[in-house]
Amino acid sequence: MTRRSIALVTAAGCAAIFAALVHAPRLRAQPAPPLPVHQVPDSKNGGTVVMLCDGKTSVEVKDLKPGQSMTHAQAVAVTRELMAQWQREHPNEKWEMAQTGQPSQPLPAPSAASGADAAAKATGAKPLSKGTQQGDTYASFTDRDYKVWKDQTDNFVAEGNQLFHDGAALGGTIGVSCDMCHPDASNTHPETYPKYQVQLQRVALLRDMIDWCIENPVKGKALAPNDTRLRALEAYILAQRKGVPLDYGKH
Amino acid sequence: MAARHKSVETKYMEDRDAVLRGLRGLDRRTFLKVLAATTGAVMAKSLMPPHSFQLVEVANAAPDKTASAAGMAGKPPFTFAYVSDTHLYQRTLNQRFVRAAVKAVDDVNALDPQPDFVLFGGDLAQLGRREELDLGMQILAELKAPVKMMVGEHDWFYDLGDAWQEMFGPPNYSFDWKGVHVVVLMSVHEKDFWTARKMTPAQRMRTVAGLDNGIQSRFEVGDDERKWLSADLAKVPHTTPLLVFSHSPLYKYYRNWNFWTDDAEQVQAILKPYQHVTVIHGHTHQMLYNQIGNISFYGLLSTAWPWPYAPTGLPPLTIQMNRADPFDQFDGLGDGRIDVRADGLADKIYSLWDRNPVTVKADYLVSHGKIARPPAPQFPSY
Ligand code: HEC
Repeated sequence: MTRRSIALVTAAGCAAIFAALVHAPRLRAQPAPPLPVHQVPDSKNGGTVVMLCDGKTSVEVKDLKPGQSMTHAQAVAVTRELMAQWQREHPNEKWEMAQTGQPSQPLPAPSAASGADAAAKATGAKPLSKGTQQGDTYASFTDRDYKVWKDQTDNFVAEGNQLFHDGAALGGTIGVSCDMCHPDASNTHPETYPKYQVQLQRVALLRDMIDWCIENPVKGKALAPNDTRLRALEAYILAQRKGVPLDYGKH
Repeated sequence: MAARHKSVETKYMEDRDAVLRGLRGLDRRTFLKVLAATTGAVMAKSLMPPHSFQLVEVANAAPDKTASAAGMAGKPPFTFAYVSDTHLYQRTLNQRFVRAAVKAVDDVNALDPQPDFVLFGGDLAQLGRREELDLGMQILAELKAPVKMMVGEHDWFYDLGDAWQEMFGPPNYSFDWKGVHVVVLMSVHEKDFWTARKMTPAQRMRTVAGLDNGIQSRFEVGDDERKWLSADLAKVPHTTPLLVFSHSPLYKYYRNWNFWTDDAEQVQAILKPYQHVTVIHGHTHQMLYNQIGNISFYGLLSTAWPWPYAPTGLPPLTIQMNRADPFDQFDGLGDGRIDVRADGLADKIYSLWDRNPVTVKADYLVSHGKIARPPAPQFPSY
């Protein structure tokens, strides 16, 4: 057998076993899909439009030309205005503002016919039981939403699991995969990052160590930060340490 | 041997050493000037283990009084060496593990005096292929002392032992050596998990080769071999010291990774009547030792890669080795020597590459940790 055909045979054998194990699609070298971007409305008065993190609420600062920055007082006023507008649209949500030292305005008590309950009915979310706080700041999600998110997350972790056991999928050429030295991702210590790695001569992130181990001992090519495979490996490694307290800088 | 080329790691370490050597040659002012630019390298120096080996005095060679008081003959002491868990792929695929195996052979050949024999602790091959075993046999053939072979699961599960047995003979056997009865076991039998799953030999081998897939069965010595062991020991008096070699630890450490022998208790029961029993095992790739009743257990180092300590089940007497440096191919690995004393107990020396050797005295284990405690690690696992 040639060296190439052996690499293929072993890769194929491994893939077959793990396909049976995790039913995860094989990850190719591809960047992660782009994240959604804020669709900021055009300015009406030639000023600058500032948008809230919800991606909906926005205000225009009239006198602010592109490239100019606001005074602190202006900036505080803009954030207040944004939050006030958001509060008008979400009358039953509570948002703690740590700001000028003045007590925040008491919010009206939610009535039985509040907007949130109406929204809950429309989306099929469980109506709130008595004595429970409103569950989510932005919307009411259904059990199905949570299940879909969980499945997606678990699948991503499973893809990472598969890569962790398949050196060839990381471009490795010598038959070595991560699990050989890190069964169940033991001794990868994701909770200790960032930390100074003497040999890298810098403060490293988890992905820097993953890349290091991909180059050696796996003898593949380091993955770009946006590579789906690197992201999946990170997901798997972190998932194995669920519940371990974060402890950055630990050696 | 094949041309020895330098690994990326070796080159990296050499570059780093060159920087450090340069620094040592500087006067203090110049040193301070370059310090800022090379802080990382300087810090590296303080973390670097010494590169040279230190000679270890041979322990306790004279027959001692307790031995004769206990009615033992005071047999001549002897020494044997070990190399274990080389996990070789074919030479064209992977040079890293070849380099390491060759390094271990060089180490053992440099021992003076030479050991009586060299135990190979199993897992010569990575995927059980004949080519891998051939390569291993060629490398071990360079050893000056005679070699005693033990089989590991990586040697076995591609063809269920055909190639290995053709090359090395039966996987379980025994012999007498200077008053000690030596037994070599095949402890990595597994109940059939492959037929129902319609696995090919390569898939079966791959599955056994992985620790954390949960599909394979647990290791066992098995009924037949336990019967063989009882019969073999029937003629051996209980005062005769026993040395037992097994690839898997003959106790239960961590089931999920098969750091485990399923019928361990039954095997231990067979060994129980003997005054001194030392079980030497491969497979776990770490400094690992244990004492159960009359039996001292001792795990060998690998030459290929170190394994983390399992999350649970570590024997309380084991003092962990420092976590391995991922930037040094050879760290946490090595070979070793075992000095069998006149009373039949064994002192064991972990010859760690790039670190000081660590001796685990028989007294430490048989006293259940009361005396002769080995040094504590600076960086235990977490
Ligand atoms: C040949 C053995 C080997 C292989 C293969 C290997 N590693 Fe490692 N790796 C190590 C060792 C040894 C350490 C040091 C562990 C320690 O600190 O206890 C380490 C450390 C790490 C660390 C840092 C741990 C810490 O404590 O900061 C990460 C992350 C890591 N490896 C990820 C990987 C990934 C991902 C792969 C596969 C691409 C991989 N390793 C393959 C041996 C290996």
